Amino acid sequence: MTSTRRRARGRLPVVLVLPAVIGLAFLLVPLVGLLVRAPWSTLPERLAGESVGQALRLSLVCASLATVVCLVLGVPLAWLLARGDVPGRGLLRALVTVPLVLPPVVGGVALLFVLGRRGLLGQHLDAWFGISLPFTTAGVVLAEAFVAMPFLVISVEGALRAADPRYEEAAATLGASRWLAFRRVTLPSILPGVVAGTVLCWARALGEFGATITFAGNFPGETTTMPLAVYLALESDPESAIVLSVVLLLVSVGVLAALRDRWISGPS
Amino acid sequence: MTLHANLEVVRDGFRLGAELAVEPGEVVALLGPNGAGKTTALRALAGLLPLSGGHIRLGGQTWDAPPDVFRPAERRPIGVVFQDYLLFAHLSALENVAFGLRARGVGRAVARAEAARWLDLVGLAEHAKAKPRTLSGGQAQRVALARALATGPELLLLDEPLAALDAATRLHVRAELGRHLHDYPGHTLLVTHDPLDAMVLADRLVVLEHGAIVQQGTPTEVARRPRTDYVADLVGLNLYRGTAHGTAVALDSGGTLTVALPVTGPVHVVFPPTAVSLHPENPAGSPRNAWRVTVAGIEQHAHTTRVRLDGVPPVLADITTATVADLRLQPGDELWAAVKATEVHAYPS
Repeated sequence: MTSTRRRARGRLPVVLVLPAVIGLAFLLVPLVGLLVRAPWSTLPERLAGESVGQALRLSLVCASLATVVCLVLGVPLAWLLARGDVPGRGLLRALVTVPLVLPPVVGGVALLFVLGRRGLLGQHLDAWFGISLPFTTAGVVLAEAFVAMPFLVISVEGALRAADPRYEEAAATLGASRWLAFRRVTLPSILPGVVAGTVLCWARALGEFGATITFAGNFPGETTTMPLAVYLALESDPESAIVLSVVLLLVSVGVLAALRDRWISGPS
Repeated sequence: MTLHANLEVVRDGFRLGAELAVEPGEVVALLGPNGAGKTTALRALAGLLPLSGGHIRLGGQTWDAPPDVFRPAERRPIGVVFQDYLLFAHLSALENVAFGLRARGVGRAVARAEAARWLDLVGLAEHAKAKPRTLSGGQAQRVALARALATGPELLLLDEPLAALDAATRLHVRAELGRHLHDYPGHTLLVTHDPLDAMVLADRLVVLEHGAIVQQGTPTEVARRPRTDYVADLVGLNLYRGTAHGTAVALDSGGTLTVALPVTGPVHVVFPPTAVSLHPENPAGSPRNAWRVTVAGIEQHAHTTRVRLDGVPPVLADITTATVADLRLQPGDELWAAVKATEVHAYPS
């Protein structure tokens, strides 16, 4: 046995390795710094503290509600894009992905001008039903759903397109309507894709900042989610900002771990 | 209640035009090369593909008659066995078989009991809880058949039901499928490109080429009077039913054939026309099967000459043009036909 590994193609070129290492450090050092600065000893009580706890609860509730909204609307939308015989499907698919690349602030502004009290739809909601969405918890859910839904739709649509439509035909020959075939045959077969999309969607909703602060504002206990609280706390209470950041970081790592098979392990 | 189908489907430059009639209890095999339109015909009958013209009627009910009537698959009383079975992977064998009953509104307990009865009937009672991926090819095929039959369909459609099986499994599954089809009271349409499957399983063959029917009739008729070179090549099989005792098979139509491998019980005996040699006298030597025949007809095909011979049993022989000249064959000539035992295959039926 020899300890030196023999190389078939000589040394790795420094001109590539050096920037690669710097790049790696650039991505990791801030995160490590965050963990180092975190007040670990007082973490539990800070988490339970009023402002942090409030933001944490609100964030979890809003992100989960937004995910439910995305599931209820997004799975059928993905089905329509993958299976429906609709004209201009390519264009629809492209439009659905717009919120993915749109700066979230722009999304928030757009929501405000449509659903705001003077907005296109918002004025009618206000006049007819007395419903006002901006600067409410419901507004937070809407803003998060707007930004996060494309993640779910894309994930589910990809799974649907990979699923063999002949199983739906087999179900039809057994007497199943399209709805029953979707529920009993297609949905179970694309479940991994739906779960991945849901987790991704939830994580995106949890971290949403731009659209939320634009559309829902910043009212503690009502619309101040964790990312907003982090931003606010940086000036008044940096330790709380770090605690909240660590929580968000842990959630992100958890999401990555949950999806490791789909996203991290590349082609081997 | 006869199934009447006048199938006209036009798509992507392909045109299918075929008129079919299937009686209750009858098994019709749709035979043809790849791309002949067999699967298109099956999909049209199943309601997975609308007709461009013509009609599909069963008894007093119209399933498809463009442009007015179209009943989708889920509203036709059909059962389909797909080529790769398409069993639902997340459901157990029992749940797969119960699926059709549940979809048609049967209660859970009743559906499961009925599904269990069907699994028992195809000999898979102990695999009720198994997921499809743990089943062998032959078992999956039987689950697919049970699933298709469990709803009590009027029309059973089988798309290359044996194509996905290996040769050894195929023999058993074919014999078993034959028994189930025999017991099934409804209309059966079997799509296959394998002439042996078609001849063993079907009461009637319909040969499809380039989207049109080129010939139909009982397997024996089609084999003895092929209309095209393709049919002659494809269906030119000597096929008999008989009962085997060791290496001797007593044929139902009279006569005895010797096979190489001993078998017992009811069998199909098959050999190709190219395995038959013709002799003016009783040939001495190796052939174990030799019998007197009379020339009934001579047909020239692409590269060979096919001779129809009457005798016990009657037989088809493919011989070269040179042999025809040597023997100076004429209808009415008396000859000896000989087949080596190693060329004769017996399949349990």
